[in-house]
Amino acid sequence: MNKIADALKKPVIRILAAILLGLMAAGVILAIAGYPPAASIAALGKGIFSKPKYISNVIIKSTPLIFTGLAVAFAFKTGLFNIGAEGQFIIGCLASTLVGVTVKLPAVLQIPLILITGMAAGAAYGGIIGLLKAKFGIHEVISGIMLNWIALYLSNYVCMLPAFRKGDTNGTDQVSEAGRTLILGAWKKTGEGAAVLKKIPVFGEILLKTDANIGFVIAVLTAVVLAILLKNTIKGFELQAVGYNKYAAEAVGINIRKNILEVMLIAGAVAGLGAALYITGNSPHKVTVLSAFEGMGTNGLGVALIAGSSPIGCIFSGLLFGGLLYGGQALQYEVGAPTEIINITIGTIVFFVAIIQGVPKLLEKYGGRRKGHAE
Amino acid sequence: MKTISKEYAVQMHGITKKFGTFCALKNVELNVRAGTIHSLLGENGAGKSTLMNVLYGLYQADEGEIYLNGEKVKIKSPSDAIDLGIGMVHQHFMLVERFTVLQNIILGEEKLSRTGILDMKKAKREVEEIAERYGLSIDLDAKICDITVGMQQRVEIIKALYRGANLLILDEPTAVLTPQEIQELIKIMKNLVESGKSIIIITHKLKEIKAASDICTVICRGRYIDTVKVKDVNENQLAALMVGHDVKLVVEKEKAEPGEAVLEVEDLVVDNERGIEAVKGLNLQVRRGEIVGIAGIDGNGQKEFIEALSGFIKARSGVIRMNGREIQNTVPETVLESGISIIPEDRHKRGLVLEFSVIENAVLNKYRKEPFSNRGFLKKAEMEKFAAGLIEECDVRPADCAMTQAGNLSGGNQQKLIIGREVSNDPDLLVAVQPTRGLDVGAIESVHKTLIRERDKGKAILLVSFELDEIMNVSDTIAVIYDGKIQAVYEQGTVDENELGLIMAGGKQHE
Repeated sequence: MNKIADALKKPVIRILAAILLGLMAAGVILAIAGYPPAASIAALGKGIFSKPKYISNVIIKSTPLIFTGLAVAFAFKTGLFNIGAEGQFIIGCLASTLVGVTVKLPAVLQIPLILITGMAAGAAYGGIIGLLKAKFGIHEVISGIMLNWIALYLSNYVCMLPAFRKGDTNGTDQVSEAGRTLILGAWKKTGEGAAVLKKIPVFGEILLKTDANIGFVIAVLTAVVLAILLKNTIKGFELQAVGYNKYAAEAVGINIRKNILEVMLIAGAVAGLGAALYITGNSPHKVTVLSAFEGMGTNGLGVALIAGSSPIGCIFSGLLFGGLLYGGQALQYEVGAPTEIINITIGTIVFFVAIIQGVPKLLEKYGGRRKGHAE
Repeated sequence: MKTISKEYAVQMHGITKKFGTFCALKNVELNVRAGTIHSLLGENGAGKSTLMNVLYGLYQADEGEIYLNGEKVKIKSPSDAIDLGIGMVHQHFMLVERFTVLQNIILGEEKLSRTGILDMKKAKREVEEIAERYGLSIDLDAKICDITVGMQQRVEIIKALYRGANLLILDEPTAVLTPQEIQELIKIMKNLVESGKSIIIITHKLKEIKAASDICTVICRGRYIDTVKVKDVNENQLAALMVGHDVKLVVEKEKAEPGEAVLEVEDLVVDNERGIEAVKGLNLQVRRGEIVGIAGIDGNGQKEFIEALSGFIKARSGVIRMNGREIQNTVPETVLESGISIIPEDRHKRGLVLEFSVIENAVLNKYRKEPFSNRGFLKKAEMEKFAAGLIEECDVRPADCAMTQAGNLSGGNQQKLIIGREVSNDPDLLVAVQPTRGLDVGAIESVHKTLIRERDKGKAILLVSFELDEIMNVSDTIAVIYDGKIQAVYEQGTVDENELGLIMAGGKQHE
């Protein structure tokens, strides 16, 4: 018993156990609904791993979730609940698209410009939340949720303005070729490029059949930078001190208000960068009218929760989310099970991650009591 | 052991309790005669609270038996304990701040009318009756957040009585009280035992044991030492029993040789949280090489004065000068840079980041400086080296605590860590607010020695304490605060407790 308790004290093992339990719960629910659980889980696995292009698509799907996950996790480490990541992402998409369709520069300038625009827009939008909290003490969850809705309708309004709307479509024009962050994007569309790529076994298929882009690499870099920022810098030390105990932080001379604002600027910038890379790296490279939230930010909450707010952990939990969401489609066409099962699985995993922290304590208590009886 | 008898309200026999490999209690005995005030004396971590938690059902003993009024009982949870007539008042009160006194008392034991609706009138009558019977006057309709700590404690006592407690356990009941409130509490306890209740108080304050209790059981490092009749022993003997060796209760120090003024406060006016003037024209001077003690009852502006000095809140008017430079209404960072270090009153709130490791807490006031960081990056090796030195020098225990969270240290060790950290900043002025609150005799001695050592190095020390003994023993200059003003200033030895007490209570206004 105590061995299990000791093992569960390690966060990685705890999270793996939660994932396993989540999948088992999904299996049980599938069985109850009349679908074969083993075959369904196998179909899920197949939908993720069986072809290189599937794996590539999982990574592509994960990339924006890693960014929003980081935007939530970073703020969480410093005591703020950034539920506004959704809005920051939307505004990041909008701003980077607008720049991408109006400015015409060579790729070496165009891409950095778009990415910086996305970051700046996300940072500004996150900064509003920070400012409201620092100046007026308004809780970040309240302002975050309200700003999410404002972002949604602002985006819908702006992309339908005559200046940006393309023809009678429900969205903007596409970001020009020079602004896209696809790997070998222009070249693989030429007949010559396609012919060369066809001959390369695995990577050729990935490049030709998916929107392989540089986003994931930048996501990993961002996670590493945030991890170092939190762990090894004065700024990170201060941000966390404020997060854990703002009174003690104040007593040693840390400016709490400034810190709150900075956290939200950084978190917003991360979400905005993710948004810019999402627009430039994924078809259709434009903003369209949304009838509801895409859930990038809300899934980001789940990513951060499963990662235990560790930036590096967000890479892996982002991949898990991406895998489940992408592979979940296979459930539908392989065994005909509804894709909602994936949401149930994700929900169950988050649930187990939350409750499994108490298990070592319970096990120790239970194990200890049994020993007491034996004596 | 004593024979099991009905004369005893509680008998705990052969109690052993282990946490993993650590033995918190080993074969401990406790016999509380019915109708007495029995004190349980021991250092921090001696096992007093563990023993009482066993009695209250929060922990299960690994070995041993418990008898109530001669009958063997099994207490598996606090609700068992309450059913058996045991009530406990914890050191940290368990009250709902926004509820009224009455609501707090009946919470969980609500009286329902015949229609199943909460019958507040009936509840109020019953509570009033209890309060009157034991002389516990209190405003039942006041909100908890609006009443003093002493009154909150009274609420906890009534809460226990309302649940039918015959045996009351009070955990460190005087730690947060003013001298007057302590007198009141002793009176209440005597009332209670006269009407047949029994009381156990957990404490390490020798004076109160002498004043309040009849019998005292001493525990040291989880072991039973002795049970003595309080009137047969003196304070020094009790202290020696508790720590296992002789302790000097009087602080030894040379006469102060004050130099020039370091801190000057002139006509300081500060509002409290509700915008009411709390500090009303305070004047004070602290010189190099002296300890100035501010004596006073809690709530006379000490808190607001210290918060304004720290830079947490703004002063309405007046001047705070540090080495000749005005620092009022700046920010905490400026205050620290001016050469002030503060040992805060509330070590959990202001002193430590409990989730941070001991290392991180050890550098909390200096991580921005060389050698702990460089160009924005922390230097972990330097931080660790410094923390290791601090742990050794200040005797923070356990010795291998560097990587553990500060929240896992005991209160005394947390305080050692904070004091060591603040002193290591080499401040011109060291402010210590209630630095020995909740500490045991051994730890108090070490805190006092540290303050005097720093004084002898030529630092200015400002000590704020609600413990009159501490002020009278340690300070070279005693400033008495009442109603937001320093009413009188004395040199040590030129004033006695009675005169100070009188001014502290507003009995005599100084011209």
